[in-house]
Amino acid sequence: MIPTPFDYIAAKSLDEAVALLGKHGEAAKILAGGHSLVPAMKLRLAQPQVLIDISRIKDLAYIREEGNSLRVGAMTTHYALESSKRVRVVSPLLAECAAAIGDVQVRNRGTIGGSVVHADPAADWPAAMIALRVEMVCAGAKGERVIKADDFFVDLLTTAIAPGEVLREIRIPLSQGRTGQSYKKVRHPASGFAVVGVAVNLGLDAAGKCANASIGVTGAAAKAFRAGGAEAALTGKPPDAAVAAAAAAKAADRQDMNSDLYASAEYRRHLVEVTARRAVLAAVGAAK
Amino acid sequence: MKVPIQVTVNGKTHAHEVEPRVLLVHYLRDVLNLTGTHIGCETSLCGACTVMLDGQAVKSCTVLAAQANGAHITTIEGFAVNGRLHPVQEGFWERHGLQCGYCTPGMIVASAQLLERNPDPTEAEIRMAIEGNLCRCTGYQHIVEAVQYAARRMKGAAAAD
Ligand SMILES: Cc1cc2nc3c(=O)[nH]c(=O)nc-3n(C[C@H](O)[C@H](O)[C@H](O)COP(=O)(O)OP(=O)(O)OC[C@H]3O[C@@H](n4cnc5c(N)ncnc54)[C@H](O)[C@@H]3O)c2cc1C
Ligand code: FES
Ligand code: FES
Repeated sequence: MIPTPFDYIAAKSLDEAVALLGKHGEAAKILAGGHSLVPAMKLRLAQPQVLIDISRIKDLAYIREEGNSLRVGAMTTHYALESSKRVRVVSPLLAECAAAIGDVQVRNRGTIGGSVVHADPAADWPAAMIALRVEMVCAGAKGERVIKADDFFVDLLTTAIAPGEVLREIRIPLSQGRTGQSYKKVRHPASGFAVVGVAVNLGLDAAGKCANASIGVTGAAAKAFRAGGAEAALTGKPPDAAVAAAAAAKAADRQDMNSDLYASAEYRRHLVEVTARRAVLAAVGAAK
Repeated sequence: MKVPIQVTVNGKTHAHEVEPRVLLVHYLRDVLNLTGTHIGCETSLCGACTVMLDGQAVKSCTVLAAQANGAHITTIEGFAVNGRLHPVQEGFWERHGLQCGYCTPGMIVASAQLLERNPDPTEAEIRMAIEGNLCRCTGYQHIVEAVQYAARRMKGAAAAD
């Protein structure tokens, strides 16, 4: 279980990392926490010739509030997000999702940036990224660009980030008013990954009706997706048990479900519905 | 191309040139001869290889030695101080937290991490904290009791200070 040989370069700055990516092209890969890449290299599913370690770049791991948004550096670990008291207050979904990942050792090393760029169909973060409508700030040779979460996850293990780009920061708009969030997940009993995971971020108006709902689903399909049908079914209604159930029944609408040894497509569709209902009700509970 | 690394393991600093693909667990065992850290699955799942890397419990089969450059590492060999067992080690001894002992070094490191972050864990919290560590012998019950013993010991020590 040893990777094929490669060269290792610890980048000292973001500019250097981008320049190295430009120089080595397809042969190179960014190394963040290494908790997806190193296992893949050990299995020789990935055989990069050059690893560019970005963990030594100053100021790539941070959690900062700026105006109405939370800025999270790409190298911020799952554990840092799980354990931040401030995150629990201003963006509880982030903390809840972080805590649902793998085990302590994985959360100590793995990063939010590495997880979203890897785009494993069973990863937890993508659901939360969609529900929170985050923006991904990517640095490339021509400067920076911002990609919305809805455009970021393109396909199985594929994102909109270009080969020469490095994800630098994730910007999370902070919800105002009476809001509630929740992440619910059916864990694969062996791997810990999400068989299905649903992240809900909703707002209630003064009358207690659902003013807006944003729902991301992971684990179920080739890539994480927005449960638009469920969002529409919640909006404008009092989110009681019946409304939540009706909305949840639409969460997997028009999506092809994954099928594997552990869960058939039909079972996954059922899990999406059950998990979505629980997550919606938990979010409503949190908003009160 | 080999890369130079310098790491401080259990208080002692080492400098070596390593191939970038050398995993930290192999560096600890084969280069430094610290074989207390075990290799179980080599696939990031069993936790036998867990060590402290700059105060964080990590699976050393999933860290490159090169990534540890500059780090302070504590392996199970560094847990006892001046011949006195760490409270978690003492707990495993007193409460029979092991049978074959294969998982034990990793269990002790993961448990120590828990008690640092949460000195008064519930039973459920203890079980969660060692979910990344597999034991094929004990059924976990005695491991949980060992951690509870250690938590009491550490609280007692804190009160006595
Ligand atoms: C035992 C185990 C259990 C796990 N369980 C779960 C789980 O339950 N849920 C879950 O969601 N995940 C789980 N994971 C995956 C874990 O969360 C990884 O840490 C994460 O997917 C990748 O983050 P990383 O920092 O380790 O990235 P790396 O492995 O270093 O990189 C992953 C990929 O992203 C690229 N990359 C990384 N950072 C950047 C960047 N800033 N810009 C551009 N490209 C970048 C790399 O080139 C690579 O292709 C588990 C992993 C293990 C080993
Ligand atoms: S040997 Fe590292 S987790 Fe099993
Ligand atoms: S004591 Fe044998 S594996 Fe745990």
